[in-house]
Amino acid sequence: MLTLTGIDAGYGSVQVLRRLTLEARTGEVLCVMGRNGAGKSTMLKAIMGLVPASAGSIMLDGLDIIRLPAHEVPRHGVGYVPQGRRLFAELTVAENIEIGLMTRRRGQRTRDDVLSLFPRLRERLKQVSGTLSGGEQQMLAIARALCLEPKVLLLDEPTEGLQPSMIALIRDTVVALKSTGVATILVEQRVDAVLSVADRVAFMTGGTVAETVEAAGLTPTAPQFAAYVGV
Amino acid sequence: MSFGPFLLLALMEGMVTSAVLALAAVGLSLVFGIMRVVNVAHGEFFMLGAVSAWFVSQWVPGPPAVAFAAALVLCPLFVGAIAALADMTVLKRLNYEPEATIVATIGLLYILQQAALSFYGPDARPVPAPFSFRVQLPWFGYSGYKMAVVLASALVLLGVWRLLAKSRVGLIMRATQYDRETARAFGINVDRVYAGVFALGGGLAALAAVLIVPIQQAHYLMGTEPLLLSFIVVIIGGLGSLRGTVIAALLIGLSDGVISTFFAPTLAKIVATLAVALVLVFRPQGLFGRRAL
Ligand SMILES: Nc1ncnc2c1ncn2[C@@H]1O[C@H](COP(=O)(O)OP(=O)(O)O)[C@@H](O)[C@H]1O
Ligand SMILES: [Mg+2]
Repeated sequence: MLTLTGIDAGYGSVQVLRRLTLEARTGEVLCVMGRNGAGKSTMLKAIMGLVPASAGSIMLDGLDIIRLPAHEVPRHGVGYVPQGRRLFAELTVAENIEIGLMTRRRGQRTRDDVLSLFPRLRERLKQVSGTLSGGEQQMLAIARALCLEPKVLLLDEPTEGLQPSMIALIRDTVVALKSTGVATILVEQRVDAVLSVADRVAFMTGGTVAETVEAAGLTPTAPQFAAYVGV
Repeated sequence: MSFGPFLLLALMEGMVTSAVLALAAVGLSLVFGIMRVVNVAHGEFFMLGAVSAWFVSQWVPGPPAVAFAAALVLCPLFVGAIAALADMTVLKRLNYEPEATIVATIGLLYILQQAALSFYGPDARPVPAPFSFRVQLPWFGYSGYKMAVVLASALVLLGVWRLLAKSRVGLIMRATQYDRETARAFGINVDRVYAGVFALGGGLAALAAVLIVPIQQAHYLMGTEPLLLSFIVVIIGGLGSLRGTVIAALLIGLSDGVISTFFAPTLAKIVATLAVALVLVFRPQGLFGRRAL
């Protein structure tokens, strides 16, 4: 579905990603783990075209999206939930949803589907999004990305700083998406959260993927967690 | 004339100043609010609006009203196109770095001024008003055209507000304002939004100038005063706040009318400058602005 091959990318003269190769498959959750600064967020930004890649290819359903202007990448069906949520904080919940819907010209039906996943948002449509609780803001960030009816969903540490009940809700949402055929790339630092949703786990270090393993073969005490995440 | 009617006349003159100033200042405020660009060439967009209105009045045959209506449509479009071009060829290349854009728009100011001097010349030229009837009040007669200017400005400002607050285009503009990277991640063509906003800002200044040019002649150096007054208004109202900008334009325009009539125009400018100084000291974010993050 989405295949990154030999990606070099960075900020100005600082190279962050080195020869990065990764594949996300339809109906699968690929978790990405790695220490702070390993380049996980940069990789997602490179997929979105927000960080320019100087080498490699990013194939989405047979189309190389690496040279597309950033605003055209989401129109091909890539939904993005950035680290720290990055809501349009002064806009209302409804307006944030509307921006998501406009990306791929989705309408009322999509809006209803997404809001039925998050009934708490439906009750707060007129509220300014910056005044929502942390968990509600994360729901909105995910809802906004789902408004694209994405083929590929990128989630950057969505559970950061949330309560257990909210983490469980996000996990259920991700699991439910699998059956609809979405390919999900989930950046996540918590071992238990990863083991409960992942099909495969990619471990990143120094701007590249060091190892990708089937989640079924991993236990909380697996050596990869100690080596690449430090837990 | 006794004091009451005299004051009324002063206020009506002040309303005309306010109306034109509000249009120009809202243009400046939008550009700053959404693009974070301090456009020093804003006054030259105003000047170009007036000068191009003179050209249109020469080229379009028939009664003055027809030529004026043509100018009202064509001049803001022409100036908006120049602004969009300046954005795409200069500001975008500078990556909208604050210092660089200030220097670049100072350069643009001189280029536009010299271009106007070359093509239009150093003379001040009038543009005929579209109509010349006077409204007879119990105490004095008043220019119907000036009243129309106030009305036209109010309608345009209402339109701008509706565009920003109620339309899809406005939603896209506001999203870009808050977070341009995330806007891109949701399919918003930020380059196009910026070019459009810069064109809208320039177009509003040009529209203000077309409205004023039957009252005040077109001249290639006429951009300085609206630039300064727009900055004064935008600082008092709060950078990026549409409501604040309009209220500050009313405040400055009306006080200018009253002080110029009863005392002297110079005193009016001194008071306006003093007001800016006081606002900067006691409420740097402006009367209606939000504190910078
Ligand atoms: N906007 C930026 N400009 C320059 N360097 C950056 C920027 N964002 C991140 N970096 C650097 O890129 C590296 C990878 O960061 P990031 O992708 O955020 O890591 P992770 O998400 O894995 O914690 C770090 O060394 C970080 O300092
Ligand atoms: Mg990160």
